[in-house]
Amino acid sequence: MSKKKSYDNLTTQLIDLAAEKKVSIAWDRLEEQSPQCGFGTMGVCCRICAMGPCQVDPYGNGPQKGVCGADANTIAARNFVRMVAAGGASHSDHGRSVAETFIEVAKGKAPGYSIQDEQKLLALAMDFDVEIGDRSINEIALEVGEKALAQWGEQHGPLVMTRRAPLKRQQLWDELGITPRGVDREVVEIMHRTHMGVDQEYKHLIAQGSRAALADGWGGSMLATELQDIMFGTPVPAVGSVNLGLLEKDDVNIIVHGHEPLLSEMIVAVSMTDEMKEYAKSKGARGINLAGICCTANEVLMRHQIPMAGNFLQQEVAILTGLVEAMVVDVQCIMQSLPEVAAGYHTEIITTSKIAKMPGAKHIEFHEDQALDSAKEIVKAACDNFQNRKAENLHLVEGSRDMVVGFSHETINYLLGGSYRASYRPLNDNIINGKIRGIGAVVGCNNPKSTHDEYHIALVKELIKNNVIVLTTGCAAGSLAKEGLLDPISGGAMAGETLREVCETVGIPPVLHMGACVDNSRILMAATAVVKEGGLGDDLSEIPAAGAAPEWMSEKAIAIGQYCVASGVYVVFGTTWPTHGAPELTDYLFDGIDKEVGGKWAFEPDPIKGAQLMIAHIDEKRRALGIDKKKERVLMDMAMRREIEGGA
Amino acid sequence: MSKIIASAGIRGAHKIVDRALKKYTEMMDTHGGNTEVGFPNTGYYLPCIYGILGHKIEKLEDMKPVFDRCRTLLPPMVKERIHLPYLGPALDAGMAALFAQEMEECIRYLEHPEFYTRGEDIADDNIWLGAADDVILRKRGVEFVDGTAPGFAAILGAAPTKEIAAQIALELQQKNLYVFMAGEHKGVRFSEQLVEAGTEIGWGTRLVSFGPDVSAAVFALGFATRAAMSFGGLEPGDYRKILVYNKDRVFAFAMTLGHVTDEWYANGLACVNYGFPIIADTPIPEILPTGVCTYEHVVSDVPHDEIVQRSVEVRGLKVSVSKVEVPVAYGAAFEGERVRGPDIYFEGGGGRGGTFAVEWATSADMDAIEDRDIKLIGPDLDELGESSKCSLAIKVEVAGREFQEDFEPILERQIHHLINFAQGCMHIGQRDIAWLRISRAAFDKGFRFKHLGEIIWAKYHGEFGAILDKVAVTIYTKEEDAKKILEQARAAYAKRDARVEGMTDEDESVYYSCTLCQSFAPSHVCVVTPERTGLCGAYSWLDCKASYEINPTGPNQPIDKGRVLDEKKGQWEGVNEFVRQASRGTVERYNAYSIMEEPMTSCGCFEAISAILPMCNGVMTVDRDYSGMTPSGMKFTTLAGSVGGGAVTPGFVGHSKLYVASAKFIRAEGGIARLCWIPRALKEELKDRITAQAVRQGLPENFVELIADETVSCDEMEIYEWLTEKGHPAMTMDPMM
Repeated sequence: MSKKKSYDNLTTQLIDLAAEKKVSIAWDRLEEQSPQCGFGTMGVCCRICAMGPCQVDPYGNGPQKGVCGADANTIAARNFVRMVAAGGASHSDHGRSVAETFIEVAKGKAPGYSIQDEQKLLALAMDFDVEIGDRSINEIALEVGEKALAQWGEQHGPLVMTRRAPLKRQQLWDELGITPRGVDREVVEIMHRTHMGVDQEYKHLIAQGSRAALADGWGGSMLATELQDIMFGTPVPAVGSVNLGLLEKDDVNIIVHGHEPLLSEMIVAVSMTDEMKEYAKSKGARGINLAGICCTANEVLMRHQIPMAGNFLQQEVAILTGLVEAMVVDVQCIMQSLPEVAAGYHTEIITTSKIAKMPGAKHIEFHEDQALDSAKEIVKAACDNFQNRKAENLHLVEGSRDMVVGFSHETINYLLGGSYRASYRPLNDNIINGKIRGIGAVVGCNNPKSTHDEYHIALVKELIKNNVIVLTTGCAAGSLAKEGLLDPISGGAMAGETLREVCETVGIPPVLHMGACVDNSRILMAATAVVKEGGLGDDLSEIPAAGAAPEWMSEKAIAIGQYCVASGVYVVFGTTWPTHGAPELTDYLFDGIDKEVGGKWAFEPDPIKGAQLMIAHIDEKRRALGIDKKKERVLMDMAMRREIEGGA
Repeated sequence: MSKIIASAGIRGAHKIVDRALKKYTEMMDTHGGNTEVGFPNTGYYLPCIYGILGHKIEKLEDMKPVFDRCRTLLPPMVKERIHLPYLGPALDAGMAALFAQEMEECIRYLEHPEFYTRGEDIADDNIWLGAADDVILRKRGVEFVDGTAPGFAAILGAAPTKEIAAQIALELQQKNLYVFMAGEHKGVRFSEQLVEAGTEIGWGTRLVSFGPDVSAAVFALGFATRAAMSFGGLEPGDYRKILVYNKDRVFAFAMTLGHVTDEWYANGLACVNYGFPIIADTPIPEILPTGVCTYEHVVSDVPHDEIVQRSVEVRGLKVSVSKVEVPVAYGAAFEGERVRGPDIYFEGGGGRGGTFAVEWATSADMDAIEDRDIKLIGPDLDELGESSKCSLAIKVEVAGREFQEDFEPILERQIHHLINFAQGCMHIGQRDIAWLRISRAAFDKGFRFKHLGEIIWAKYHGEFGAILDKVAVTIYTKEEDAKKILEQARAAYAKRDARVEGMTDEDESVYYSCTLCQSFAPSHVCVVTPERTGLCGAYSWLDCKASYEINPTGPNQPIDKGRVLDEKKGQWEGVNEFVRQASRGTVERYNAYSIMEEPMTSCGCFEAISAILPMCNGVMTVDRDYSGMTPSGMKFTTLAGSVGGGAVTPGFVGHSKLYVASAKFIRAEGGIARLCWIPRALKEELKDRITAQAVRQGLPENFVELIADETVSCDEMEIYEWLTEKGHPAMTMDPMM
């Protein structure tokens, strides 16, 4: 491997250190794995039944059918929708535990948690037809929680959250028969339909993939975000910072890594108590420094400005600083190698989830009903470990970037008009007048197959240079933050003139941090708000917008991509694409599915070309809306004023 | 670089709130929380606070929760490095500043009751007008409604010289805009500059000198807020709709002249909340992207000779300036201008020095006249000389294929305001009681009698081009000629009056809708019948008919009245159907002649309101010029609040003044015999008409004398006793309730 492993300087230093110390990290293992299986890479390896594994030769020389007769399209489509099922299941199962905890909170049986955002609770209550009247907040919360939880086991649908989508979109889903019925049901149906000898028509399989993906985006994920916001507060803009330089030499450094804020919220609360601060001091430290990695980082960054140590590919190298007393992990995107990397260091890897254990890690199970006690035990364990730090292992790296975070779709509404004129109007207006060319959503993971952070940054720089405003979540947000793109001043300087002008008016960076990967539902809601504000079409597929997951690696990314496509969005993936071995299926996903759902996929390994694809799509949508040409200023006379519809 | 603006505005808002709060605390100590406070003669309390927050301030202590709200609205200062988004917070800061300033100005009324003059005019020793009361609001508001005033310019500061100030004011006037003035720059104020330059200021000329301090800008936004409530029918506290209403319908903007201070920025941010952009003559940062305002938010460094045109464009306003070839400025803003004392060059009519002035519009055959044939018969102004007086007759002949005799009075009535629109011309009255003054300044600029003809010719073609083809004007300035015209005109008036008076609702099968005010009152529709004029008083059935002829797709549409459902109450099938559609189903039916049963809905523009007086078994009528208390226990403004905005309130109805003397005036309840109380001035105005109608309905000839007014009492019990003593017919009629 000759190409650069990471775009980030601090990460590069630590990758070099790993090589020096002969510590095996992701890039090394990728090299060991290379060349990777071509059939697997192209999606045409089927190991669903014991007649296989079967592989179809994508170049036409070898076998074209599996033992059961399945062709390349069926095999690749089955693999693809199983990725959707796994990805959707991950978000949604996360959502389920949030809903369960929420119910306990409403019952008063989860000390440490509370209802923080009553307004958002009441709004959700209206979605669920829960009576508000003069009922107590806890009573309302209980009914909302129970109705929300029932969405997972719902058999008939439609899922309640799907009714938030623009009307035209809902009708389309209904017509196509892809309106999700229940969160769990759609995943189970995928597993059934992809079993040997069931659904063997690739478009039909993809349709179920859409339905399951929508059950994630407009179901499990969205409910997770909603309920988390109600319990932990809806994010508002705040200043945060990112990168490994934020690990403090004199403090007990605890890294929270994974996805669910249920645990990390409690660790934040506990680590701020005097009791724990004193405890850390008693162990010789100055205090406690909490930092995050991966999406847990996004959650605590938005709500508590806890520094983000890094994104997905920085989880191993963080340990190499020798500064980490404990890395506390829960679910999703946690490398099994962590205990091995930590073996030469004092760092304790602590697993906490009931459903996720690893060899070599210490397991302190987190119980929501005793959340504070669980958190305290974890923080104490970290403090206890401070004195085991080894001076010879210390490798300090210096540097961090500031950023502005916390752009929930509600807060964007406020920022654009204040308390009295809050609306998406200024955004829509400036899209219509062309100062903002369109909206790009850039999300997703890191993947060692692609230079760490580089694709995210190059793509987004190209987008904003061309006046496309960018919404970001997940590990992509971490990449962009490290480059200063989430800083209104340094980010603004990289934006095109007219986008910069709008950003300066509002005081925002050209790239808006909207949360963790489960929070991509916020992007759906923001896009829906744009549609409902008016002037940019009646459906999500009509607005000048496009999405991308340039450095994706997780099945969740495929689920997110598919729910975006099924919601009418054009989605560009980088790095690799999992159906290349099945040309008809690939053609359908790239150019065909859009005739049905309005959105489609694209694959582009080059970031600049990826950005250009998004921009071309945005321009096409602008043309269709008739906003591609500069409009003359309309001067109103009295007769025109009388024509204003429906009054104020 | 709007960060600078946000930072400065937020800083300014903090200062304003702190200062107002300090003042409030002092006043609480010295006066006590129970002290009554408020702006004079208004039903809208402190209008910005009432409109936006829905909170009434009646006593000093009522300000406390508003100050608390200001505190929560005030954001922290914008940081230099890694600042947080500031647009939303800065707009909030603007609103906090607005609320605080409104309370500060209110405290000023308490502390210095004489600081501002009251009413429309400046005083000799005080040019500061202060808050517009509801009489002004209603009267001026109608101009916003019908489009004679498309919006206003709120000017802060002062121009570099008084000449530039006068020029900017003149240009704004020529665009028919109101000019609201506050604040100072280097100790100089725009209002004062205008006075020094010899420009007449006051509500009459649309140059409104609100106050000397920047805080007086709050009166401009208070006016805008009340417009949304009174004409837009919006509820207090419905802040979003009130602000968006202003963005969409009130074409206002702020113009800053001179150094923009932090406090000016704070006020500017308040304006932006209303969708009013800021145009500055200094090089401050600009905010060009759109969104909260329709177009740019802040445009700066605009040269003075371009600033008015630029402002109008930035606001997105189209002003159709009438091209009239006269040597003086011409526009609606000059309508209220007065020509007095030594300024008078010429005067004719009004009985001055035994002179009269008569105006007469009449139809002519197409072949009989030449278009733009403007003749002066008799001496012109030069010959007459300075301070001269003479009798005057203006005969206007109109010809056109579409022209009908019925349109003559409509055209004739225009002469009053058309002449008044010329700077330096003051016109009063109409028909044979007209009265004209021409100023020395106008004469010096070359104004002569023939220009009266030019005005009439140009404006008739401009506004009535659809129904006429030729206009000829002859002006007679010799007594004997004028007298001849006077006689002919009087004969024409008599014929015309007989025709109009003879017109009844029963005779006509077509009525007209009027949605002229939908630019301002989007949910309201008037139905105008021959015997019930539009409730603003400005549009009669004939006016509507002419308007429909002129513009068949315009705001006046014919309504086939259809089957008569209830003759006495005035209910027709076709009208019901129309009203149901026009109100989008909110009004199913209405009775044109009833106050008690499903009376007509009102916009905010009514000239008068009738309200039931239960004890007196009758009704009272009050017009908007009367600012005192009425026997209903409510002032006009309060009454207006309860009947305006499309609400149907049995026992209350808005209407024109003339409707009082109509045969159809609350006929369902017994007609004019029910009229128990009316303000004295209105009684005087309608005296002859009321008497005539009373006699027609078999009431005594001295009926007018049986109607109480404020000189009798404003207490219903006392009025009841007085009426009983006088033997008012209502006393013996069937119970109203």
